[in-house]
Amino acid sequence: MKGIFDYFRSPPPPQTSARMAKERLQVIVARERGHRAGPDYLPALHRELLEVIRKYVRVNDESVQMTLENQGDCEILEVNITLSESERQL
Amino acid sequence: MARIVVITSGKGGVGKTTTSAAMATGLALEGHKTAVIDFDVGLRNLDLIMGCERRVVYDFVNVINGDASLRQALIKDKRTENLFILPASQTRDKDALTEEGVGQVLDELSQEFDYILCDSPAGIERGALMAAYFADEAVVVTNPEVSSVRDSDRMLGILASKTRKAEQGEGPLPSRLLLTRYAPERVDKGEMLSVEDVVEILSIEMLGVVPESQSVLNASNAGMPVILDKESDAGQAYSDAVARFLGEERPHRFLTAQKKGILGRLFKG
Repeated sequence: MKGIFDYFRSPPPPQTSARMAKERLQVIVARERGHRAGPDYLPALHRELLEVIRKYVRVNDESVQMTLENQGDCEILEVNITLSESERQL
Repeated sequence: MARIVVITSGKGGVGKTTTSAAMATGLALEGHKTAVIDFDVGLRNLDLIMGCERRVVYDFVNVINGDASLRQALIKDKRTENLFILPASQTRDKDALTEEGVGQVLDELSQEFDYILCDSPAGIERGALMAAYFADEAVVVTNPEVSSVRDSDRMLGILASKTRKAEQGEGPLPSRLLLTRYAPERVDKGEMLSVEDVVEILSIEMLGVVPESQSVLNASNAGMPVILDKESDAGQAYSDAVARFLGEERPHRFLTAQKKGILGRLFKG
C-alpha cells in the first residue's frame, strides 16, 4: 500500500549507465587487484585442483573458489568447493 | 640528469601519442630541453602527429643496433626550440628493444636533456614494458570508459611492480592520471563516468582532464601538437597539465558543460 506521503518523497535516483559502469568497474578492479597481490602460484594451483577434483566429480570452473587472506602474521588460504546436486555423481 | 617520463595506458587509441606530442612540446616551450621517443616499433606514428614524418632517416632501433648515432637519428622539431623526436622503427620487430639497448640510449640522452618522454605502445608486451622500465614517473592516459579504466588499473599494477624503480625496492612508480576525451554534458546526463568516479576507482592523482574536442583531430590532421592551438579547449587543457606537471597549482577547467545563455537557448544555435 502506498501512503499519501510517499508521493512527496523524491524518487530513487535512476540507474544511469555511468552508475552501472562505476559499479562494475569497482567490482572487477578490486578482484583483479586481489589476484595481483596474491602469490604467482594461485592460478596454477586453482587449475590443478580443478583437474584433481574432476577425476571424481563433475564441476565447473566457478565451483572452486580460492581466497588468500592475511590475518596478523599468518596467511590463510581458503578453498571452497561447491558441489551441486546434479554434479555429485560422475 | 634527465627525468624520464612514460606516457602509457594499456588500451590503444586513448590518446597516448597525442599526449606525448603535446606534453613534450609544452615542456620544450617552458624552456626544458626535451626528447620524445616513439616506442611503438612496427607502428610508428609519433612522427606523423609531430609533423616530421618526411624527415625520418634513422630510428630508435638503428641507434640501439649501432647503425646510427643518436645525433643522426634525433629529429629537431621545426616549430619548437629545445624539442627533439626519436622515431620508432617501422620495419623491425619488437624484440629489437632490448633492456640493455634501451638503457644505453636513455643514458646517453640523459647527459644532454632535461626531460625524456617515452611514448608507449598499447598493450602490456615488450614495447610497453620497455617504455616504462627506466621511467622516473608515469602519466597514465585514460578515457572515461570501462575498458580503458580497467586497462589503466592493470597498467598501474605493472608500473608498481615491473619497473626498475620497483625492482630496486623504491616502491611503485609515481603515476598520475590524464583523463582524455571527457564530455561534461554526457557526464551530466549520466552517460559517462565522471572525473570523480575514475579517480575513486583508480585511486590516483589527477594531472589533467582534456575535453573531447574537434581541435585534437584538426591538430593531428595538420601534424601539429594540439598544445600549439592556444585558442582550443584541448590545447589549453594540455598547457594546464604541463604546468601542473612542473609543479604549478592550477585549477582544473573544462569539467562542466557549457551552459547556453538565454539568447543561445532562444536561437538554439
